[in-house]
Formats: sequence, structure tokens, C-alpha cells
Amino acid sequence: MLDHLAFESPKPARIAGAKEDWELVIGMEVHAQVSSNAKLFSGASTRFGAEPNSNVAFVDAAMPGMLPVINDYCVEQAVRTGLGLRAEINLWSAFDRKNYFYPDLPQGYQISQLYHPIVGEGEVIVDMGPGVARRVRIERIHLEQDAGKSIHDMDPAMSFVDLNRTGVALMEIVSRPDIRGPEEAAAYVQKLRQILRYLGTCDGNMQEGSLRADVNVSVCRPGAYERYMETQDFSHLGTRCEIKNMNSLRFIQAAIDHEARRQIALLEDGGAVVQETRLYDPDKGETRSMRSKEEAHDYRYFPCPDLLPLEIEQDWVDAIKAGLPELPDEKKARFVKDFGLSEYDAGVLTADVEAAHYFERVAEGRDGKLAANWVINELFGRLKKEGHDITESPVDPDQLGGIIALIQNGEISGKIAKDLFEIVFTEGGDPAVIVVERGMKQVTDTGAIEAAVDEVIAANPAQVEKAKANPKLAGWFVGQVMKATGGKANPKAVNEIVAKKLGL
Amino acid sequence: MSDLTKLTIAAAREALSKGETTAVELTEACLAEIEAADALGAFVHKTPEIALDQAKAADARIKAGEATAMTGIPLGIKDLFCTMGVASQAASGILDGFKPEYESTVTQNLFGAGAVMLGKLNMDEFAMGSSNETSVYGNAVNPWKVDERALTPGGSSGGSASAVAADLCLAATGTDTGGSIRQPAAFTGITGLKPTYGRVSRWGIIAFASSLDQAGPMTKSVRDSAIMLGAMAGHDPKDSTSANIPELDFEAALTGDIRGKVIGIPREYRLDGMPAEIEKLWDEGKAMLADAGAKLIDITLPHTKYALPAYYVIAPAEASSNLARYDGVRYGHRARLGSGEGITEMYEKTRAEGFGAEVQRRVMVGTYVLSAGFYDAYYNRARKVRALIKRDFDEAFDQGVDAILTPATPSAAFGLGEMAEADPVQMYLNDVFTVTVNLAGLPGMSVPAGLDAKGLPLGLQLIGKPWEEADLLNTAYALERAAGFVSKPAKWW
Repeated sequence: MLDHLAFESPKPARIAGAKEDWELVIGMEVHAQVSSNAKLFSGASTRFGAEPNSNVAFVDAAMPGMLPVINDYCVEQAVRTGLGLRAEINLWSAFDRKNYFYPDLPQGYQISQLYHPIVGEGEVIVDMGPGVARRVRIERIHLEQDAGKSIHDMDPAMSFVDLNRTGVALMEIVSRPDIRGPEEAAAYVQKLRQILRYLGTCDGNMQEGSLRADVNVSVCRPGAYERYMETQDFSHLGTRCEIKNMNSLRFIQAAIDHEARRQIALLEDGGAVVQETRLYDPDKGETRSMRSKEEAHDYRYFPCPDLLPLEIEQDWVDAIKAGLPELPDEKKARFVKDFGLSEYDAGVLTADVEAAHYFERVAEGRDGKLAANWVINELFGRLKKEGHDITESPVDPDQLGGIIALIQNGEISGKIAKDLFEIVFTEGGDPAVIVVERGMKQVTDTGAIEAAVDEVIAANPAQVEKAKANPKLAGWFVGQVMKATGGKANPKAVNEIVAKKLGL
Repeated sequence: MSDLTKLTIAAAREALSKGETTAVELTEACLAEIEAADALGAFVHKTPEIALDQAKAADARIKAGEATAMTGIPLGIKDLFCTMGVASQAASGILDGFKPEYESTVTQNLFGAGAVMLGKLNMDEFAMGSSNETSVYGNAVNPWKVDERALTPGGSSGGSASAVAADLCLAATGTDTGGSIRQPAAFTGITGLKPTYGRVSRWGIIAFASSLDQAGPMTKSVRDSAIMLGAMAGHDPKDSTSANIPELDFEAALTGDIRGKVIGIPREYRLDGMPAEIEKLWDEGKAMLADAGAKLIDITLPHTKYALPAYYVIAPAEASSNLARYDGVRYGHRARLGSGEGITEMYEKTRAEGFGAEVQRRVMVGTYVLSAGFYDAYYNRARKVRALIKRDFDEAFDQGVDAILTPATPSAAFGLGEMAEADPVQMYLNDVFTVTVNLAGLPGMSVPAGLDAKGLPLGLQLIGKPWEEADLLNTAYALERAAGFVSKPAKWW
């Protein structure tokens, strides 16, 4: 099976320091909220935007004696995600407690999977342009609980806590340091988001916090990264800083760029990068220190004694695998192969799973390239103008397919088709019926076309002489005929008849 | 009927079914005893209204012919169990005023079977202790008294032991993390059973050390333990560590016939400096089981000596994490803050004020052994020891051993306050015979088997195979019959 198109690796981003050139090395920990109606260890709802503290079970509030019980669906979603990232699924995994005090963490610990994650090594192919992509290795994916929300700006003296998000299932997707620049980092998150949305395991909504990234950035001299890749020895790489909790692609790029430049300036000044956690301030456009390694929490991880190891069956994993949808890389490759699309167009059409499904229904049994042009140029353009996304399109795939069928059958010209599309977009209706009712069908009756050509020739003798001397001018006659027929004449027939009548 | 409160569950069941007494009569008799027994410090929250309502309902149920073995039986409930609308504080100041909006699975099972709750029982704070002296309510007292000294009822289920031994209730719930059912049972001359880990749901029981905690019955006879375990146990989907295995009729297993059973005598349990009385009791126990037709064999459990240190790493480690939720944010005690003080001060002051010294000690020990740089040396090593201890038992059972006989405690009950100045490790030594059972997840029982020279009760421990409580109870039943322990404390309270 064709998984993905052949690609070459992009060049790493390079930053010229005051003294020398530097390269970036980036690894990411993406926290993706699992699409599930209930939390990871309780039956409480996960609905976004509910009244504060309304989606809270006793166990979420860490009432005395309450115990967690794993939500099987969240496990299934994590396995599905792992399979979607071509990763190894661990049939035996276990939960650990990560201990720290904070008011929005009622238990005083987060249940996570440090020692034995449910998903092992996988990969994400990050497209950086036609024929160019970065293969980013996934180290692991583990399941863990989200924390609640502390609200410090409602009262001058008090802080408030909302536990609605407490205990919601997250997948932490940890990459290897294979990302080599700010654009690649944003593209990686975008690609991951695309895959998760195809899989239906995370809605990818970054504004609502469903997808957040911690970004590890270091810089090194050209050549050092290659030595790391040969040996997997981290000592070839620079000391990294972790930028926490990024939820915008634009900020991720800006933060990485700033952080890399800060590290380069430090190093070129003879200083050293200190391993620490930093926060990005989008207002100032800079990162600042949150806590250093020395003051880092000691999380005292240990196996959660309230939960048995998570054991799953290979048969169950196989059944999930069999039910996986076609994923972006495969779909894109298939669009190129089956519909003859350019890689670029196939990439545009598969960027969003809904758009890809829409296109496939339009293209089914029709000219794929024509369908792609219409979906990308006319439909996407018109939707963008209206501020709609594909799920809100007033033109459904059958209607657009109907228009394309009319073009393919020669019943309407491309120009008329645009008018027809506008009618369907604003008024609705069956395109085949509309063209009949409104007399938009193309004239293919050669007799009628001949009459129109004769009329134009008769009215313009001077032009006829010129055209006979210079056959390129025949186009002028074609235009006049099209004009006279209100654009409905079949352009191919008009061309032929004009040429014949002019004796060209 | 007279002496209603002295009845066993089995005897009360018969009297109730024959109409010789009613649940209300039984309950009122117990409530009267409780009212007169404040000197024992056993009941810390009394619930007479609930008790009488439940008793009336039980009588109606008995009349309707829908009684179970526990219907109308007045019980005391250890303060570690969350009981709906009734103070449930784990004997800690940090849960001051906490009344759960939910009922623990065990108490729900018992009340669902028609049992009656008389009130909540004293214990060591968060079940951490062997003398009931770490309770925020003040200690419970052992009803056994041979001189002017007030004795400990043991711990942590000291209130439960004291209440059952003093006939304030027919039976009580206990919990056992390292011996907290078996040691107080031995100190007060009653029967206590710690079931196989996973037999009884932990849902709604305030956690001490989750991988070791297990609830069980504290009763006046082996038969009562069998009856009560049957009502407490069962698979609970709300507790992931609860086992989904078919329930047995534990009482039906009590034939007293142990002919051909193989009883292992572990040589490592013969401690240096062990009181001669304990050794003598052990020998008597062996003889009783041999007379009943069991075959005694010497076995070795070579990692026993590492059990106590491993336990005192694992239990505090889990406790340090389990007790992190008591932070003053959502329930229980919250310290008063001065101006300019914030969340850190709130945590520090709340926990300093709310937790007693022993709990604080264990939280600190637990935090330490899980810390970066110490984890492998302490926690991981302790886990390895735990696996070896379990393997020791597995090998003994694989040799054909059906049950293991040991002393329950290294001494009889000691005086309250006697250990105040001692190294905490001296107190921890009380658990030397019992912690192995928790580390290995096995069922264990303490059966009263005799009196020491001063007239204080002593118990023997029987350790069974996992999930074979029925067999263990039957062996205990044979031992109980042979020992013929009928002594009762003289009433002084």
C-alpha cells in the first residue's frame, strides 16, 4: 500500500549569530484532549463551557475514599491515536502518580504514565512543500489527567478554582528532537492536529485548549545534529529550554525564534544556557524564566496503587486498527494517483478531513482534476468570502458534482458554470433543473452556430480580410459569436465553424 | 432476654428469627451500654437515631421473612469508613466536621443486608498507629485491666476492638494495613479477619496505603467473622483493585474438620527475645491443630526479616501521596491566615494544625523515600523485597501448605502512654508478625487462644492462601474450638 509520497528532508533553519551560524533543534510535548464524553477516571462530563464546578464527580474533587476507574473509551482513543501515528502499542502499560500541590489539582497528584506508556515509538511525516517533508519520530504517547483551572483575576484577595477540567483525559504526545525550525514546529503541530482530527481522537481546538504544546528548544553548530542522529547521543546537542503551554501556531513560531536567538546571544557572549522551564509572553514577544532545574518540582513519581496495570488484548488493538479511517498521507497519495492531482492540490484538499470527504463525493465518477479546481478555487474561495467552513457550505457535494457533470457533458461552458454556481450558492436548487429552467444550456446545434457566424462575417468584411491575412485574429470572431449567443454556444464548435467559414 | 449485647451475630440471628428478641431491643441494649462506656473512648460519634430507624426497618424485614444473616445486627463502624451524613474523620483534626455525601461500599453492603449502625469508632489517626494513641479524639481504652494501668486496645482499629470486647456492639468493622485488625483483636481477646487484598471494596474507605489497606470484620467468634465477611465482601466496579471472583458461603465452610490439612510453622517468626508466654501459646496452638488432625510442617519464609522495613517504606510512601488531598481547599480544616499570607502558608499551616505528629512523621518519611535520588534505594528496593516476601509464601503454599500458624503479636496489650518516650520503631515492632500478610496480599486471622500470666488475652495468627478465606476460617474455627477461649474482661467502666 502507498502510505505517503516520496519526499526529501528540508534544510534545517539556520540563524546567523554575530559570530557564527547556528542551527535549531526542537522537540515537542503536545497535550491533546481526548475526544470523549466522560473524564479519564470518572463519569463526569467533559463538555466545554459548562457552569464552573458543574462537571465534577466526587473522585474529581478528591473526596476522601474516592477511587479512580479507567474509562475504556479513552484507552481506545489513545490506541487509535497510536495506530494513526504508526506507533507501537504497548499491551501492558501502567499508571503513575505525579505529586505536587496546587489548588486546581485536588488529589495532590496527577495520574499519568511515566514508566510504562500505552503507546511507544511512532512517526509523523510533516509536509514542508511538494516533495519535501520532515519525518519526526514520536517517542511515546501516554494518558494522563488534566488539571482544573485557577482563576486569580475575579477578586483582589481571593483565588477561585474551577474543577470542570480536572480529570479530563489528555494524551501527551512526545516527539524526538527531530524538528529543525520554527516553521517546521508549527507544521508539525498542524500535521498532528490534522491526523488527530481524521482519527476523531481530539477535536484539535487550540483556542479552547484541546491542543497545547510544550516546546523544547536548543541550538547547536552545523554538523552537530548529524552527529547526534548517528549516535543518538544527546551530548552533541545544546542545553535545552522548555517553553510551556503554547496554544497558538503563530506564538509557537515566534517563541522558538526568540528563544533560539536568546540562547545564541548567550552562547556567543561566552555564557551558557541553563536548563529551565520558560513561559512565552506574546505581548512582549519574549520568553522568560519560570523555574530553573534546581528549583524544579520533585514530582516523586510512583506507581498508582489505586489502579491495576492496564492490560489490553492484541485482538482488540487489531479491531481498532481495522476500523481506522484513511489518514492524510494515504489519502493525499491516493488523490495524486487516482485523480491525477498535483501534490499541492492533493495537500490542500486533504488538509481538513471534512473538506477531503467533500471533495471525494464531488469527484466520484467525475473528472477529478476538474472537481479539484472547482472545490479549491470556486467553493473554498466563496466559503472564505462568507466566513464559512466546509461543514457550513450551502452547496452540498451532490450539487457541486451536478455542476461539474454539466460541464463535463458539454452542456454548459465554464463561464456559465460560474454563474450557475453562484445561483446554487445563494438560492440552492438542482443545477440540472436550473440550467433548463433558465435557458443556460450550451448551444451545440451547428446550424444555429453557423447562422451566428455567418451574421458576424457579413457584418465585418474588413475584419474578415485581416483575419485571412493573420489567422490569429479568428479569435475575435469567436468572441463576437459567443457574445451574440449569450455565452451559450459551445466554444469548440464555434472555433471550428469560424475557421471553416473564414477558409483558414 | 438478658445480656443481649453479649450475643454473637449467630446467636442474635437465631433469637431474632425465633422472635425471642427484636432488632430494636438489641439496638437499645447496645445504645445503653455505649452510653455507660464513655470511659472506654470507643465510640466517637454516636448515631442512636440512625440506629433505631435501621432497627425498626430490620424488624419489619424480619417479620416479612426477608432477613439476611446480618439483619438487625447492631454494629460499630470504624471512623475510617465514609458514612453518609455522619462525621467520618479518620480520627484526624484535618477532617474536622467532614460529613460525606456518600456511603462506603462496605457499609452500604452491611446496611443493605439490614445491619444497624450504632456509631463511629475510635482509631489511630488515618489508621497510623498500634495503640490508638494517635487519635484526635483521645485514645480508646482496652476493657481488659489487671492492675491500675489503663491498657491500649491496640491499633489502629482500637475503638472497634474495645467496643466488641466490652460488648457495646455485636461486631465492628475494622481495616488492616499492617495489622490494624489482627493486633487489636489479639489485645482484646476477640476475632479479627483481614481478607485477601481485593476481596472487600476500598471505595469510600479513607485511604492510608492503598496497596495494603483491606477492610474486615472484628467479631466475637470465628463464625461471626464468616457471616460478616460474607456481607462485606463482593466485587465492586468502583474499586479497580476489587476482584471479580464468585462469592462463597463462608459460614458453610465451618465444619471444624481439618484432618489432613497441612499447617506451616515458619521458623523466621521465632524472634530473639520473644516472651516465653508467646512461645508457649504458639506451641499450644500447634498442639491443638495437630490434635485436630492437621499435619504440622516447618517452613521457611526467608525474607521475613526485611518485611517490617519494607512496610515502613511502602506504607508511608503511599500515605504521603494519599494524604496530599487534605490541603484545606475543599473540605475539613482550613487554617486561619494572616494578612499577606497566600496559598503556600495555607497548605503549611492547615497541614501542620490538622495532622498529628505520627501522621506528619509518616508523610515526611514517605515524601523522603520517593524523592529523586532516594527512590531506588528505598521505594524500589522495598517493592523488590515485597515481591520476594510474596514469593516466600507462594513457595510455601506450593509445597502443599494450607495455612500458616504464627503468634499474632509479640506481646500482650501494653499500658497507654508507655511508649510515649520510646523510639517510634519500638511501636512499629508491634506489626512484626502481621505486615508480611499485607505485603503479600494474603488473608490473615487473629484468634484468641489464651491468657498470659497476668490474665491478659493473647492471640494466634493464621495465614491462608489467597482467596481461600473459607478454608482459613474453617482452620480458625477448629483452633477456636480447641482453644475454648471464653474469658471476658471484668467490667470496670
